[in-house]
Amino acid sequence: MSSDLFMVSNALVGIPAVAAIAVALEPAYRRSAIINLCASGATFLFALVLFVVEPERGGYLFVDDLNIVFIVLSTFIGFTTSVYSASYIDHEIETGRLTTRNVRFYHAMYQSLMCAMNLALLASNIGLMWVAVEVATLTTVLMVGMYRTPHALEAAWKYFILGSVGIALALFGTILIYMAAEPVLGQGYDAMVWTTLMSQAPQFNPRMLNVAFVFLMLGYGTKVGLAPMHAWLPDAHAEGPTPISAVLSGLLLNVALYAVLRFKMLLTANAAAITPGPLMITLGLASLIMAAFMLYRRGDIKRLFAYSSIEHMGIIAFAFGMGGPLANFAGLLHMTMHSLTKSAIFFSVGHIAQVKGTQRIADIRGLTQSQPALGWSLVAGVVAIIGLPPLGIFMSEFLVVSSTFARQPLLAIPLVFGLLLAFGALLLRLTGMAFGEPSRDQGEVKASMWPVYAHLSLVLLAGIYLPSHVVTWFQNVARLLG
Amino acid sequence: MELLTIDIAHVLAGALLLTSFMLLYQDRLSGLINIYTLHAVILSLSVAWQAYYQDAPHLYLTAAIAAIFKALIIPFSLRHIIKRLRIHRTVEVVGGVGITMLIGIFLVALSLVVMLPATASADPLSREDIAFALAIVLLGLLMMVTRRNAVSQIIGFMSLENGLVLAAAGANGMPLVVEISVAFSILIAFIVIGIFLFRIRERFDNVDLSELDRVRGGRS
Repeated sequence: MSSDLFMVSNALVGIPAVAAIAVALEPAYRRSAIINLCASGATFLFALVLFVVEPERGGYLFVDDLNIVFIVLSTFIGFTTSVYSASYIDHEIETGRLTTRNVRFYHAMYQSLMCAMNLALLASNIGLMWVAVEVATLTTVLMVGMYRTPHALEAAWKYFILGSVGIALALFGTILIYMAAEPVLGQGYDAMVWTTLMSQAPQFNPRMLNVAFVFLMLGYGTKVGLAPMHAWLPDAHAEGPTPISAVLSGLLLNVALYAVLRFKMLLTANAAAITPGPLMITLGLASLIMAAFMLYRRGDIKRLFAYSSIEHMGIIAFAFGMGGPLANFAGLLHMTMHSLTKSAIFFSVGHIAQVKGTQRIADIRGLTQSQPALGWSLVAGVVAIIGLPPLGIFMSEFLVVSSTFARQPLLAIPLVFGLLLAFGALLLRLTGMAFGEPSRDQGEVKASMWPVYAHLSLVLLAGIYLPSHVVTWFQNVARLLG
Repeated sequence: MELLTIDIAHVLAGALLLTSFMLLYQDRLSGLINIYTLHAVILSLSVAWQAYYQDAPHLYLTAAIAAIFKALIIPFSLRHIIKRLRIHRTVEVVGGVGITMLIGIFLVALSLVVMLPATASADPLSREDIAFALAIVLLGLLMMVTRRNAVSQIIGFMSLENGLVLAAAGANGMPLVVEISVAFSILIAFIVIGIFLFRIRERFDNVDLSELDRVRGGRS
């Protein structure tokens, strides 16, 4: 069996790597979009194979119950985004905002990003994971700056500086983890490999682990977009191509969160170290409330939903910080639902911005009349993201809130307050954009709507009926997270 | 002999820290690049010494990367850039030199207070190296915060990164140090050698980030 596994996990990293080279060599943009799509589709299929293959360990890559969740989610959204990206890019070429050379570069970077994210999720040691997260940051920086407008350059610069600082702090934490493990596990790879680290964690020097976790939390937390290190996130979402906004919100934030969760498990395993929960709860609540307030004054549609991503990453960090089987379950479910919903919203928003020729909320009116498909998709997406029943996010938010009430009623107050604030803000903005007298359209767009429908129907399905397989699967992972 | 070896390692790490302070108050771009070159040379010596002490040949590779890439190629391209952009002028320093130096001293004290107790059981060599490394990282951060100019921010980031390489080399027998230093070099190379500076040049005619701040006005 182990040879099968090596093939599968290698393929998850290898296919995007090969595809990145292929699209870099392919001058015709339509063909490279198709290669992009096929490669992402193939990666997703291989990810599904992980369900069948027994997880085994060894080598540079490893698979366990925790990273399967992330891998399947991220390859699925990577695939649907590549479908969406094809129609988005078509329009950008026609309107002349991007040249074919830009698009070639864009596709190569897209596949490099997929490769780096899969590598980060599958890496069996903390050093390789760090390198992969760094590469993922670099590729997204280059894509954010792709339009080369002053605003895009500023966003990319800010993202680069803050992202690199975060990455640097994370490396320092990684080195400290190694130094904590080295006296117990001896020199060499063993002291960096997840499985050995986890089994020997109780014997590590707790003070060293404490310092390391602070650096890791701040470092990878910057990439998760937690307040107060979130400043790069709204700009990067607003100024880059929209498929990248969808990938950033739907995937890259999760990858950084995955890193935080792994290190949290390591600290939980050591009884003498600090409990990592309170730090995550504080950062999570701060992000939730800060973002909820910021939602009220946004004038740019992509920036609006970027702040909503900060808000939801805050909720997720909060849920995982609470810990315990129920809160972890809620956190996992919320992460999945948020990724699906938010990328669906960005898919619609990208086409809306193309049709209207602007991202200014004030200039977008009456979408449900002028563009029924796009308008109603946006309405459905926003209704899902603010957590109205019967959609999936209602379920997960309800679980987060109820588990908080059961264990820490006082913490539930700021949590519910933040949720309600965000609810009001998004509803307020939505009514303006979706209903009323339509504003003038600037152009037509051949929108590919099925990625949006696919994501939203999955969210609806999860809200109405969560298959028992998924429930037991998530419960296992939640127990693993401690 | 053992003690002397450790002392030499500490002298080198301490010299790196002092050079970080020099970066902090240097207010001319060309001077900044010279000091950064010195920083990289000391780093390279320090890593080479670690390679000798730990008997870890792969660290010589990291030392070579530091010497060739950071002490030769990067300063050369930075000089080329500032010549092309005609910005040999004075760098403005936010907050004044005195306060910045005081904050710097405070950060060094902080990193000693945090790291030394936490690493009490570790090898005496890596123990102090990691405290010095944290101080260099924090000074690099401080420099990035206090400078407005893109070139000096990059130099701040690179000095921060040198601190990380020092920490990684000092951690006994840590694997992947070479890979990590290569990954960092790629990151820096991407940014320094062109893309950003030249694109920013296209739009603004200089690399002062306060120009970018002006662009931000009037946006929500």
